[in-house]
Amino acid sequence: MSAHEHTDPRPPVRWATHALLIVFTVGTLFPVLWVIKMALRPSQDFATGLNPLPTEFSLQNFADIVGDPLFGRQLLNSTVVSGVTTLVGVFLACTAAYAFSRFRFPGRRAGLAAFLVTQMFPGTMMMIPLYQLMDWLGLLDRMLGLVLVYSTTAIPFCVFMLKGYFDTIPKDLEESALMDGASQFTIFWRIILPLSRPAIAVTALFSFMTAWNEYILAATFMSDERAYTLPVRLQAFVGDYTTEWGHFAAGALIVSAPVMALFFALQKHLVGGLTSGGVKG
Amino acid sequence: MARVELDGVGKRYPNGFEAVQAFSIDIQPGEFIVLVGPSGCGKSTTLRMVAGLESITTGELRIDGRRVNEAAPKARDVAMVFQSYALYPHMTAFENMAFGLKLQKVPKADIEQRVRKVAEQLAISDLLDRKPKAMSGGQRQRIAIGRAIVRAPKVFLFDEPLSNLDAKLRLQMRVELSKLHRSLGATSLYVTHDQVEAMTLADRIVLLKGGVVQQIGAPLELYDRPDNTFVATFIGSPAMNLLTGERTAAGVTGAGFQVAFQGAGQVGQPVVLGVRPEHLRPVEAGAAVFSGTVEVVEPMGSESFVYCRHGEQLLVVRTKDAPPSPGALMHLAPEPGRLHLFDGATQGRLG
Repeated sequence: MSAHEHTDPRPPVRWATHALLIVFTVGTLFPVLWVIKMALRPSQDFATGLNPLPTEFSLQNFADIVGDPLFGRQLLNSTVVSGVTTLVGVFLACTAAYAFSRFRFPGRRAGLAAFLVTQMFPGTMMMIPLYQLMDWLGLLDRMLGLVLVYSTTAIPFCVFMLKGYFDTIPKDLEESALMDGASQFTIFWRIILPLSRPAIAVTALFSFMTAWNEYILAATFMSDERAYTLPVRLQAFVGDYTTEWGHFAAGALIVSAPVMALFFALQKHLVGGLTSGGVKG
Repeated sequence: MARVELDGVGKRYPNGFEAVQAFSIDIQPGEFIVLVGPSGCGKSTTLRMVAGLESITTGELRIDGRRVNEAAPKARDVAMVFQSYALYPHMTAFENMAFGLKLQKVPKADIEQRVRKVAEQLAISDLLDRKPKAMSGGQRQRIAIGRAIVRAPKVFLFDEPLSNLDAKLRLQMRVELSKLHRSLGATSLYVTHDQVEAMTLADRIVLLKGGVVQQIGAPLELYDRPDNTFVATFIGSPAMNLLTGERTAAGVTGAGFQVAFQGAGQVGQPVVLGVRPEHLRPVEAGAAVFSGTVEVVEPMGSESFVYCRHGEQLLVVRTKDAPPSPGALMHLAPEPGRLHLFDGATQGRLG
């Protein structure tokens, strides 16, 4: 104990640390506060001035957006696309990651490498080929098209994430279940998945955010206003000559609310430590 | 209770490594067999082959006369206790113990009753609602043993179940396991690297080295009549003293010693003489077979281990008398009739 006794750094070092942290915190919060300020102003011009705190309090911008006849439809589009993407992505990623983690089969290493390679290309590069593909399949302006594209984008990351987690689950647990008479599927379903809740929560959140926030592909594939997702709708407030900053800011806050809610809901699962105690060490 | 037969069972890995070679043993119903040996001797592999977690390359494994080489673990009706306990972390102790029965679709009321009964037997009733992380190592191991018992399997397999426990708890659990086996009377295979566990728990010990069985027998058989020098030194602590020498008409002669020996061996044959530490006695200078200075004394309380330098060799003497101090001169002679003789070339027992 005494050898590792924690001593506070000397005051100048401490002050410097705090100063640096304050700068970063302000840097992070400033734009967010600015958006809030703009959303709460009834006018549509860009907020200027250094004061990031709201000076006017009007909910007109929010009311305008929610009151838009297409808003409900577009919110539904975003929710369905993101929700289905999350379900499909997490389900496929779990099963694939388990196979990659536990089974040895021809093409295992190549498969993992291929997943990694797909992550190296920028999304915009895939835009044109994907558009053609969607066109051929008749999936333009269809939610299914977006779900497919988003799932395939999210899955490689999710597989890596989950495989890494499955690798840390001791093999003894599975062998023990095997001795108890469990089938491979029972082991996966009743031992591995419950133990992987933190990792699954992270991948679910990631899949959802990927789909919910994505703009470029949605804007490319969706030309019908009724098929828009919320980010595409948001961008429509930014015009070539005028930009409705108030509406844009209010819309941005509305769009970010579900992600924040989801984050808080999953928070307790994001904290690890579920596997502790099962095996020694 | 089941009879378990291993008939020339072997394990060869694809890279050619032979982990276990032609292992044969006929385990009687209710027998407690301990597989013991140094790390990498193949004892765990053997256990895992019986469990069905590892495939069998050669030979045949029979449980109650039925060949089970190809049977899945659950079809063999065996239960295993792991060194790491391997409890399911997200389940309570009760759920851990009930898991196997649930998979067998045993009625809920029966499960409840069986788990409660075993919990009482193991004095873990008050732990049933806890999850593994809220338990100590000893408690977890009890749950793991309970999980095996509650299924009432034909065969119990133990893979070094006590080696993660501290010394005091290990001793306590050893006694409990012994009691438990007597009350359950179930056929058990137990793997350990600890020869004390092997000696105290086993009906029969199997000593393995490099995948090859060295000797199978009751604990005292291995102690009193080791088949070779490896068994002689592995069983017993401190280890048996081994001295190389040559068989003469009257006995054995080696570097700086001459001892009378009757029986096996041919004159002129190179041999290894074995003397257990408790069979070396301090004697008068005139009757000494070995003489040397005391280098180290290890007092154990009831007895002492004295390490005595005899030429190249460090002899261990176990004595209940007041030990000499380091540096003192000691004269020693083996108790007659307590000597072991091994072939110098094959290291096998002579006579």
